[in-house]
Amino acid sequence: MSQRWIRIVKTPVGLVGLSLLSLIVLLAVFAPILWGDKASVVDTENLLAGPSAQHWFGTDNLGRDLFFRVLVATRLSLTLTLVATALGTVIGLVLGTAPELLGGRLGRLVTALVNVFVAFPGLLLVLVFAVIFGVGARGAVLAIGLAVAPGLARLCQTLVAGVTGLEYVAAARITGVNRFRIMARHVLPNVAEPLIVNVTITAGAILLSFAGLSFLGLGVQAPEYDWGRLMQDGLSGIFVHPLAALGPGIMVVLAGLAFNLTGEAIAGVFGISTPTGTGTLRVPTDETPVTDIPHDHAADGDLVLDVRDLSVTFPGANGPVRPVRGVSFGIAAGEAVGVVGESGSGKSLTALSIAGLVEEPASIDARHLTFCGTDLLEEPASGQTRDTLLGTSLAVVFQDPMTSFNPTMRIGAQLAEVGRHHQGLDRKKASARAVDRLRAVRVRDPERRARQYPFEFSGGMRQRAMIGMGLMGSPRLIIADEPTTALDVTVQSQVLALLQDVRREEGAALLLISHDVSVVADVCDRVLVMYAGRIVEDLPTADLRTRARHPYTRALVAAVPAMTTDIDTPLATIPGHPVEPAQVPVGCAYAARCPLATVRCREQDPTLTAGPGGSRVACWHADEPADVVTAEEALA
Amino acid sequence: MSLWVLVTVSFLMIHLVPGDPVRAALGMTAPTELVEAKRQALGLNDPLLTQYVHYLGNLLHGDLGESITTQLPVSETISQRLPATASLAVLAFLVAIAVAVPLGVTVAVATRRGRRRRTELAFAGGSVVLGAIPDFLVGVALVAVFAVGLGWFPVAGRTDASSYVLPVLALAIGPAAVLARIVRVEMLAVLETDYVRTARAKRLPARRIYLRHALPNAVTATLTLGGMLLASMVAGTVLVENVFSWPGLGSTIVQSIVTKDYPVVQGTVLVYGLGVLVINTLVDVALAVLDPRSTIGEL
Ligand code: SF4
Repeated sequence: MSQRWIRIVKTPVGLVGLSLLSLIVLLAVFAPILWGDKASVVDTENLLAGPSAQHWFGTDNLGRDLFFRVLVATRLSLTLTLVATALGTVIGLVLGTAPELLGGRLGRLVTALVNVFVAFPGLLLVLVFAVIFGVGARGAVLAIGLAVAPGLARLCQTLVAGVTGLEYVAAARITGVNRFRIMARHVLPNVAEPLIVNVTITAGAILLSFAGLSFLGLGVQAPEYDWGRLMQDGLSGIFVHPLAALGPGIMVVLAGLAFNLTGEAIAGVFGISTPTGTGTLRVPTDETPVTDIPHDHAADGDLVLDVRDLSVTFPGANGPVRPVRGVSFGIAAGEAVGVVGESGSGKSLTALSIAGLVEEPASIDARHLTFCGTDLLEEPASGQTRDTLLGTSLAVVFQDPMTSFNPTMRIGAQLAEVGRHHQGLDRKKASARAVDRLRAVRVRDPERRARQYPFEFSGGMRQRAMIGMGLMGSPRLIIADEPTTALDVTVQSQVLALLQDVRREEGAALLLISHDVSVVADVCDRVLVMYAGRIVEDLPTADLRTRARHPYTRALVAAVPAMTTDIDTPLATIPGHPVEPAQVPVGCAYAARCPLATVRCREQDPTLTAGPGGSRVACWHADEPADVVTAEEALA
Repeated sequence: MSLWVLVTVSFLMIHLVPGDPVRAALGMTAPTELVEAKRQALGLNDPLLTQYVHYLGNLLHGDLGESITTQLPVSETISQRLPATASLAVLAFLVAIAVAVPLGVTVAVATRRGRRRRTELAFAGGSVVLGAIPDFLVGVALVAVFAVGLGWFPVAGRTDASSYVLPVLALAIGPAAVLARIVRVEMLAVLETDYVRTARAKRLPARRIYLRHALPNAVTATLTLGGMLLASMVAGTVLVENVFSWPGLGSTIVQSIVTKDYPVVQGTVLVYGLGVLVINTLVDVALAVLDPRSTIGEL
């Protein structure tokens, strides 16, 4: 606890807040003692004088020094604030814990009443209570204390409700500990921190309310004075010297800020519960250059997508982190290429960076990145032309159809805007095209569906609509990032079949990202296997089962019981853990899990080398017969 | 429910005053017969329940009783003064929105993903400070600078359009700062969502992504919090009116509290409370309109 308080002082906000607060407390304690007399000396020579060397803020109508009066007023202002805060907190706690302690109808009634009062602004409540308790300092304390109580009570209720659901509280209840004891021992200590934060911030608000009330003439009455009172007196003389009104105002703001900043600093420190010490992460700085392998399976001119040496870099706490480290491949027109790998292998990032959807602070590097012959790396002469090319020729299907549609726009409109912006269609034609596209992806009753919002679509339907969105133009490439992972098993095959059909009809190429080898094997012509941000093998799907050369690929395949069986997470059975992007080891990244690993593997990074039939593999011991550790053996 | 509580509280208020409210209002020196006659006239001698029923009945007819000090019907005073307050609040509300939404959106777009740290810091600092200064202080500062110092605007009163400038600003600046912060935070959250990424994948113009895809979703969340802010703005008129000697309900309520003119207090509190309820309802309606889900739910 004490360490946390030290941390609060260490944050700039906390430092400013706490020093302001201490200053004000010091003033409250000492100002009346030191300057109490000076503040009440009547100087008849200087009535309502402006600021001077003698009187920094000028004087009031009795010639009393306003600067000192402002300082001396700190005590009353602060005292009233603290008393009202205490009052409000106590009432708030009582009302806030009441529903839990009383239970049943009475508890619900309290909750309902608190909710009603919370709906009204504090100032209005203050005024109502001020009427009841009368004008004056005592009335103001009562009024403000009562007025802040509902807000605190509500907060308290929410916090208490959150904690009472926890297991140990339930356990205490079952063992017959009485409600008050549970509240005092188990619940309140657990909600103390957010409460303290909010009470501190509320104290700031209370201070301002007092100033307001006194300013209205409803709070502190002469001859006593707090900041609000001084402001009110000053306002009448604002023509003569504005400082008389502004001086106390500045103090009010400073004091209010002191409470607010302190509260926020406490909140910040209590909120951060991450351990400060981080492990030693090592980022290999001497990257082995990746040899460029020409894609000899297709003539270069025929490539829809040509990627060479693509890497994605994030700035990290301990230097840059590279989840994608030099990936090269090409996709021929109409070809379906799958990318498989465990999570964290960089496969999704690869897809997103090609689609231009990776944003700051990540940065993309590549030696070459062309789509349909257009260089995506260069800043285009006309952004519009490139956007239109990408908007109509590149379709992206995302993983989670539930979150990938704008919830506040109709499905039809979300499709139609592609037509309007990239194909120059007018509103009507664009809508008609949207309906037509929905029909093309076999959405039944497309006219009606187009007018519906995303929440009225099921997951499978949305994914169809998403594919339909890509079909607004005439896509040359569809990038599908785990398009079926979020869907029901029954719908998965339908969506995959649809992707296949669409691809054939449109003659589009497909880049399918999946963690599921069987999905890729069903749909694609060629598979890229990724591990730790690199392609480790590139082979025809037909060879996947029998002629995989990389130990990792073989392990992936072996982890799938039968190629045609759908299974939820087939990769879970590969022993060991994938490499963290921030901790890529020297040598082969797979060495720690590889049954074939040798000293060479641990020291030298294998490069991706072309093999027979246009396939590529990155392994020192490719093709070596190995008893790939299968699931059964791993378990044994 | 809220309405009932409001009406009941405004009714009970007068009865919760310790001692005899009429005696308090007329002063210690007033003759006993006069106090008694007043009590009779106000119906304070009847049983509480009868008074309550009577009060509710009168309310339905728009009868709020009459002032103890001026004898004028309260409803007349209110209808005279309400326009000044309402116009002030509505204008301030519009100004706050007109400033906060574009500002919040712009700053969000400019500073997302850790870009332009300095802009972000300046905005955060500025909005915290401005949001923390109570409206009446802003008012006093504005008067000091622009009315007294520069003489651009009138110091007080409600005369022509220029007299609106300072009070409206005083009311709007704080809420605008807080609102802009909320808009920014919401906007930043929305900009990270999958559907904004989808919009980006469609290569829509940036303006369309921000205004058509992101903003409506940010506003939905902003409105809920903004509603509270607006309600407090209504109450804020009380203080600001007193700074500017604005001839509205805020001046009335304060005067009548000081002079213990309880029927007037009752009436004005009721009107303010109603204003807040209306705003809360409007916010709920706006939310329902903006969120397709809830509209469907209502049908
Ligand atoms: S290079 Fe060595 S460690 Fe890496 S996959 Fe090949 S055999 Fe295994």
